[in-house]
Amino acid sequence: MFDTLSDRLADTFKNLRGKGRLTEADVDATAREIRIALLEADVALPVVRAFIANVKERALGAEVSKALNPAQQVVKIVDQELVQILGGETRRLRFAKQPPTVIMLAGLQGAGKTTLAGKLGHWLKKQGHTPLLVACDLQRPNAVNQLSVVAERAGVAVFAPEPGNGVGDPVKVAKDSIEYASTQQYDIVVVDTAGRLGIDQEMMQQAADIRDAVHPDEILFVVDAMIGQDAVNTAEAFRDGVGFDGVVLSKLDGDARGGAALSIAHVTGKQIMFASNGEKLDDFDAFHPDRMASRILGM
Amino acid sequence: LSRERLDEDTWEEVEDTLITADVGVAPTQELVERLRTRVRVLGTRTPEELRALLREELVALVDPTLDRTLHTDSHEESPGVVLVVGVNGTGKTTTTGKLARVLVADGHSVVLGAADTFRAAAADQLQTWGERVGARTVRGPEGGDPASIAFDAVKEGIAQGADTVLIDTAGRLHTKTGLMDELGKVKRVVEKHGPVDEVLLVLDATTGQNGLVQARVFAEVVDITGIVLTKLDGTAKGGIVVAVQRELGVPVKLIGLGEGADDLAPFEPGAFVDALIGD
Ligand SMILES: Nc1nc2c(ncn2[C@@H]2O[C@H](COP(=O)(O)OP(=O)(O)OP(=O)(O)O)[C@@H](O)[C@H]2O)c(=O)[nH]1
Ligand SMILES: Nc1nc2c(ncn2[C@@H]2O[C@H](COP(=O)(O)OP(=O)(O)OP(=O)(O)O)[C@@H](O)[C@H]2O)c(=O)[nH]1
Ligand SMILES: [K+]
Ligand SMILES: [Mg+2]
Ligand SMILES: [Mg+2]
Repeated sequence: MFDTLSDRLADTFKNLRGKGRLTEADVDATAREIRIALLEADVALPVVRAFIANVKERALGAEVSKALNPAQQVVKIVDQELVQILGGETRRLRFAKQPPTVIMLAGLQGAGKTTLAGKLGHWLKKQGHTPLLVACDLQRPNAVNQLSVVAERAGVAVFAPEPGNGVGDPVKVAKDSIEYASTQQYDIVVVDTAGRLGIDQEMMQQAADIRDAVHPDEILFVVDAMIGQDAVNTAEAFRDGVGFDGVVLSKLDGDARGGAALSIAHVTGKQIMFASNGEKLDDFDAFHPDRMASRILGM
Repeated sequence: LSRERLDEDTWEEVEDTLITADVGVAPTQELVERLRTRVRVLGTRTPEELRALLREELVALVDPTLDRTLHTDSHEESPGVVLVVGVNGTGKTTTTGKLARVLVADGHSVVLGAADTFRAAAADQLQTWGERVGARTVRGPEGGDPASIAFDAVKEGIAQGADTVLIDTAGRLHTKTGLMDELGKVKRVVEKHGPVDEVLLVLDATTGQNGLVQARVFAEVVDITGIVLTKLDGTAKGGIVVAVQRELGVPVKLIGLGEGADDLAPFEPGAFVDALIGD
C-alpha cells in the first residue's frame, strides 16, 4: 500500500532526465510526493508543511537538476534533512552532582512508561548504579503491582508505600521517595507516573506537582511510535503542562513508520534519547536518527 | 470552514480536517474528489453547504446501516463468548472491565478470563476490574498457557450457567508471528466449547495509519467481528477507523471515553463524524 518515496519520485522524474533544469511544475510535483510520503508515515500536517518549505529550496537547486538521478538526489536531501531534525544535539542522560539523580516518566495512557521504568532500572543497574523505581501511578488498577513485578524482574528496588487503585497521594509518594533514596543510598530514582491525556488539566497539574516535589534531572516523555496526527497536540500539551527534557519512542518493534518522531522533534526541539523496542527488559536502545529517517521514508 | 465562498482554500481546509483526523491520504483524496463532483453537480455555493455535504459523505462512509449489535447473549447450553484482542496498551483490559460492568448492570452474569499471562500484573488488573463490577475472574499461573486459561474460563462459564464469558488477551504487535499464532490458538481452543460470538479488536484513537495494518492482520488471524475505538476522550479523532471499516467491513461497535467503569458507549456514526470534522 505504501509506495516508498524513491518509487514515487522515480515516476515524477521519469521524463526529466536530460532536460537539465527543473521547472516549477517539477518542483511542485516533487513536493507533492514528499508530502504524501510523510503523511503516510504519520508525520503531522503542520510539520510536513514546514519541512517541505525547507527542502523545496534545496530541491530547486543545482544539486538536483545536475544530478544523474534526480529522484535519488531528492531522497538523499530529504533523508539528510530528516536526520538533522531527528538528531538535534546529541546528549546523554544527565546525572545529578548530588545523588540521587531523578528521572521522571510522563506520557499518555498505555504509552509504555511502566515498562520503560523497568528497562531503565535494568540498564542503569548494569552500569553499576543502584536505581529505585517509584510507584506514583496510584490510579490505574494494579499499576503498583505491575511496577513491583517489573522491578523484581529487573532485579532493582521499588518504592511503593501506597497500594494504589485510587488510594494514596502520588505527590507525597514522589516526595518521600527522595528522602528514602538518600537514606538508603540509591543513586537514581525513576518515577513512574499515571498515564494522562494532554487535555486533562487536573491530571496535568498533578504531574507538575510531582515534578515540583522531586525536581527531576530528566523528565522523559514516553510516546508510542504508532501515534498519528495527534502527536503534535500531545507533545505540546506535555511540554506546556509538565515540561520534558527528552523523548522515548516506544513500540518501535512494530511496523509503524513512526513519523511522530519527526513531529515531536520538530515541534519541541527535544532530543529523542531512547528507543523502546519490545516487551522484555533488554528491548531498549539508544535512538538512532539515521535509522529513524530511513524508517519514516520506508527505506 | 469559515469562508463565504468556495475557493481553493476552502478545499484545503476540508483536506486538512480529514488528514489531521488520521483519515489517511488516499481516503481523503477520494472523498475530496467525490465532494468536488457533487459540488459541481449540485451547484453548491457556500462553505456551509459544503460542510453539510462533507458530513453526509463521511457518515455514508462510516455506514449507519451496519449492524453494530454486540453478540454477548448465551446459547442453550453455553454462555456467549467474547474475545478481546489488539496491540499493546490500547485498552483491552479496561474495555473488558467496562463491558462486564454494562452486562452485569443489565442483569447478566459474567465470567472474566485472564488470558494475558505475560504482562506484569495483567491478571491482577483484570481481577480488580472483576471485583469492581461483580464478575468472577478465572486466571492461571504467570507465564502459563493463555489458550488453556481461556478454555477454563469458558468451562467455568458453562458450569456456572453464566450468560457471558469475556476473555482478555495479552497485547501483541501484529508483526510478531509467534504471538499471533498463539492468539489463533486461543481462539481455536475456546471453540472446542462452541463458537466465539464476538472478537473485538481494540484500537487506540491516537493510532495513525498503522491502525489499518493492525486491523488487517488481526482480521486474518482471528476474524474480528467488531472494533472498539478507545481513548476518544482525548484530542485524537480516530479517523483511521474509516479506512478500517471501508476495507474490512468490520463495524466499530463501541467507543472508550475514559478510564472509569462507565466510560464505554455505543458507536454512533453521526456523533463520530461531528467530532471528526469539529465545529
Ligand atoms: N511491543 C512492545 N510493547 C511494549 C513496549 N513498551 C511497552 N510495551 C507494552 O505496552 C503495554 C503498555 O505498557 P505500559 O508500560 O504498561 O504502559 P504505561 O505507559 O505504563 O501505561 P499506563 O500506566 O496505563 O498509562 C504493555 O503491554 C507493554 O508490555 C515496546 O517497546 N514494544
Ligand atoms: N483516557 C482513556 N484512557 C483509557 C481508555 N481505555 C483505556 N485507557 C487507559 O489506557 C491504559 C491502557 O489500558 P489497558 O486496558 O491496560 O490496555 P491493554 O490493551 O489491556 O494493555 P496491554 O494488556 O498491556 O496490551 C490504561 O491507563 C487505561 O486506564 C479510554 O477510553 N480513555
Ligand atoms: K476526541
Ligand atoms: Mg504505567
Ligand atoms: Mg491488558
